[in-house]
Amino acid sequence: MAPPRHAAPLDPLSFRDRRRRISSRIWLALTGVAAALTVLPLLLIFFHLLSAGLGSLNPEFFTSVPAPVAQPGGGVGNGVLGTFLLVGLAGAMGLPVAIGAGVYLAEAEGGPMANGIRFITDVMNGIPSIVIGIFVWAWVVVAMGGFSAFAGGVALAIMLLPMVTRTTEEMVRLVPREIKEGALALGFTRWRTTLGVVLPAARSGILTGVLIALARIAGETAPLLFTAFGNPFWSAGLGEPIAALPVQIFQYAISPFEEQHKQAWAASLLLIALVLAMNLAARFLIRSPYRSR
Amino acid sequence: MQPVPEQASALATGPRPFASRLLPRYAQGNVADRSYALALGAFGLAIPVLFAFIVVRVGVASWPAIQRFGLGFVGGTTWDPVAGQFGALPFIFGTLASSLLALLIAVPLSIGLAIFLTELAPRWLAAPIAFGTELLAAIPSVVYGLWAIFVLVPWLRTSIQEPVASAIGDRVGLFAGPAYGSSIMAGGVILAIMIVPFISAVSREVLAAVPVAQREAALALGATRWEMTWQVVLPYAVPGIIGAIILGLGRALGETMAITMVIGNRAEVATSLFAPGATMASVLANEFAEASDDLHLAALMSIGLLLFGITIVVNSVARFLVWRVSLRGGK
Repeated sequence: MAPPRHAAPLDPLSFRDRRRRISSRIWLALTGVAAALTVLPLLLIFFHLLSAGLGSLNPEFFTSVPAPVAQPGGGVGNGVLGTFLLVGLAGAMGLPVAIGAGVYLAEAEGGPMANGIRFITDVMNGIPSIVIGIFVWAWVVVAMGGFSAFAGGVALAIMLLPMVTRTTEEMVRLVPREIKEGALALGFTRWRTTLGVVLPAARSGILTGVLIALARIAGETAPLLFTAFGNPFWSAGLGEPIAALPVQIFQYAISPFEEQHKQAWAASLLLIALVLAMNLAARFLIRSPYRSR
Repeated sequence: MQPVPEQASALATGPRPFASRLLPRYAQGNVADRSYALALGAFGLAIPVLFAFIVVRVGVASWPAIQRFGLGFVGGTTWDPVAGQFGALPFIFGTLASSLLALLIAVPLSIGLAIFLTELAPRWLAAPIAFGTELLAAIPSVVYGLWAIFVLVPWLRTSIQEPVASAIGDRVGLFAGPAYGSSIMAGGVILAIMIVPFISAVSREVLAAVPVAQREAALALGATRWEMTWQVVLPYAVPGIIGAIILGLGRALGETMAITMVIGNRAEVATSLFAPGATMASVLANEFAEASDDLHLAALMSIGLLLFGITIVVNSVARFLVWRVSLRGGK
């Protein structure tokens, strides 16, 4: 409906209204400044990573073990391999439990036990990673008599567990009820409905959550300091200490040698590339039809 | 157990015997479904069992120190592994000081960011900024630490600490002492950068859950956009935003690598922001692998247990607040 033509012209803004309008503009502009300030570190970090790390990336960097202290050359090949091994190990141990628990929570929905488990899962997601490190030390490392890749894998698996459980639950819940009911109406048993219908329908969403969780644990350092421990050579086996990219970055960064600082920047660039690639893959390649965003 | 006819059991709503209540209704009868329900329940139970095991295992490992120092451990200010004297106060203090400083910096920034994204920014600007903050959350802690050691700390030393220290350092205790660079202040700043994505993400969700009708009503009454945001939208969202802040606090308390690399690692209760300190997480990262005698290990374990307890409390409170708001606003 059009406004009436004969309406009186608005009163000229009073001083007070003018002030209110100006202060509104100023405050809203300040929120823009806050937004700019939060994005600034991101840009700075990327800028410094590229300018300090790009020069050291060469084939040797990817394929060889670290050079002796303060010598130029060498690489982080063992750390890259170690990180993949540790993440793979953690995935093999943690994912089946996490996905199973996620399906449990989605199926059980409201009950008191499910609510309790859901709450503990969320609390567990907030346990500092270093505490998980000392727990696995006390549990696995002491029992095995030494630092090992296996212990590192256990620590990362515990970190993975709550993250994947909760995303799995959410993704399974997004599967339309009708699909499940249809399967049950056709005479599918519950377990066949879950394995054959519900999980495939939620597959891409769960995969997204898994990828993001794997990316998170790939960058974890603290729980590895006294479980996988680190190793300057190619690792001998799962029962031995193993190198990991984040641990190498930490050791290089706090060392006094210029050569190692360069390696730390390059290794960070590599780690960020790895982590972001996994995040981007999760974001763009696998779009679930049931996800709203 | 009372035998119940097949149809009746499917419709019955009254209380069932306890044993059968542990399993879902569909698991009665069919063997495959019963084992399916059992397996699912086992997966579900694995998480609380593991959680309890962590508590017990870390508790047992820290028992010698608890027995030896009792509650005095929390208040003790001496940390001397050589002399066998262990008090956690310097680390508790460093953890709280750096986390509170981080909150002071991060809270206005992240709420500003959240308001900017929900109320002000056009879509073409909001999407990349939101994506950028998500990327900030994905950067590994150790990379933040590396950047902080070589870029942030030198900048803080020459551009902030030295001028401030020479101007008012001898008069204000908070800025006293030499400008080391590596300091509680550096720790707070890097923590702030790291927790902004968490606080702003949850704040955004909460702000977005404020009903549109509330906003429209405020505008219709003649409020400016800022008055609408400040007087109508924010009060509605406050409990959730407090939850978001506490969630950020939980992250900050447990953050390890970045802060270990910049806080200076000195076990003292320092009153100056420019002085080096240590946190509960940083002392674990620094000393655990090298601790050889049993009491030292147990003392470190106690610090881990303490950190564990604090973060559990903080996270539970945060979850509760966020959950209550989403219950009220969302659905």
